[in-house]
Amino acid sequence: MSVEGRDTRRAEVGSPDLERIEIELLLEGVFRHYGFDFRAYAYASIRRRIWKRVESEGLRTVSQLQARILHDQDAMERLLLDLSVNVTAMFRDPRCYREFRERVVPLLRTYPFIRIWHAGCSTGEEVFSMAILLEEEGLYDRTRIYATDINDMVLQRARQGIFPLERMQEYTDHYIKAGGTRSFSEYYTAKYDGALFAPSLSRNIVFSQHNLVTDRSFSEFHVIFCRNVLIYFEKPLQNHVHKLFYESLVTFGVLALGSKETLKFSEYAPCYERLSATEKLYRKVR
Amino acid sequence: MRQAEAAAGYDVIVVGTSWGGLGALRRLVAGLPGSFRMAVTLIQHRHPDSDDLLRVLLQERTALPVAEVEDKMPLEQGCIYVAPPNYHTLVERGHFSLSTEAPVRFSRPSIDVTFHSAAESYGSRAVGIVLTGANEDGSAGLRHIVERGGLALVQDPDTAESSVMPASAARAVPDARRMTLEQLAEFVVSLPAGTPAREGR
Repeated sequence: MSVEGRDTRRAEVGSPDLERIEIELLLEGVFRHYGFDFRAYAYASIRRRIWKRVESEGLRTVSQLQARILHDQDAMERLLLDLSVNVTAMFRDPRCYREFRERVVPLLRTYPFIRIWHAGCSTGEEVFSMAILLEEEGLYDRTRIYATDINDMVLQRARQGIFPLERMQEYTDHYIKAGGTRSFSEYYTAKYDGALFAPSLSRNIVFSQHNLVTDRSFSEFHVIFCRNVLIYFEKPLQNHVHKLFYESLVTFGVLALGSKETLKFSEYAPCYERLSATEKLYRKVR
Repeated sequence: MRQAEAAAGYDVIVVGTSWGGLGALRRLVAGLPGSFRMAVTLIQHRHPDSDDLLRVLLQERTALPVAEVEDKMPLEQGCIYVAPPNYHTLVERGHFSLSTEAPVRFSRPSIDVTFHSAAESYGSRAVGIVLTGANEDGSAGLRHIVERGGLALVQDPDTAESSVMPASAARAVPDARRMTLEQLAEFVVSLPAGTPAREGR
């Protein structure tokens, strides 16, 4: 049954206000017991995902889910997978990568060593995309990519560098639109139903767990890539993370956001200028 | 209870459409005067790679400002918002959030997702409208708007380019009023607009 169908049944049980109390209590419990802080996540969206978990667990209310989550670590792992949306693709939004090649790569050429942070990298598709792009631009040997995510399970998958074979056609299309200069199939070997990416691509990638909400910066970067991660946060939390990014970028460093994200509504808007008319590539200028 | 405190008027209108939607939306927005005070959000199914064209084509027809939604954009009175392709658009209290969660019934944006969020955030101050389309997205969401005390309207299926979507919505919400596009515009203009949709709770 769909989440939408579920909502109808739930409407019989509680009012929206009671539901909000239940959700706030659940998130408070998750934070205090497990240390994951989802309390300032965008409400309408996290509410959907919590109800999905209630449904998958065969429960009827958010309070029932709370009891299970607090007493069963495996249930927490499952909730964590739901709450951190792990929808991604290689060269996702190809226009962004094309603009990155044209407008950011020339800036990167001026640095002897390049540090890139992929914040919220999920299963790593965009990290490998960046490695390919930099390899083709002749910059990869002097680059280190720090790829982080809140969720250790997705990082374990990212480290393997194996992506679903059935998506390679779509990714090849993205790769071409992103301005790829070789043949995409050079980069992977088909193995059962997976595409194993050349181990040489991961030679300069460090994957590690990092929580944008509660952890601090860990270095200074020339590029921070954080696409479609902050959309799940409320504005105050977005500002908190933008502060972290601002403090982690070198002057003239580049921040890449998702194509429908914007700095416009952020306190940090005056600190950046747009590098592209269409894509959300920003340069820290003050 | 929120239901009790509301009912003074309507703040937000959410409109869902699919096949035939461009023509229908152009006629609908053309019927809204520059003095219109509600926030109107349009969800049109379209290709993930679509550009800004839909917004431009709608802007040609109305004096109200038309914007494609970006994450955390505030909902303002007298503005028309277009859901971006390849994201779900969620109506929070006073602003939008976007999501890249999996498509719902093969659709992203999903009309049901936006309608549900509008019902949760605005309750009896929300109006849902289902226009032409060849699938059943929007029906469950429209029902939810009514369950939360909001108002449901559908394009008369006989006058829709594709009747499947409005007919399905009319089955899901038998009380929903059926009207032509011109009548829909006229009717929402006659509704009382609420106090400004403000941030926070």
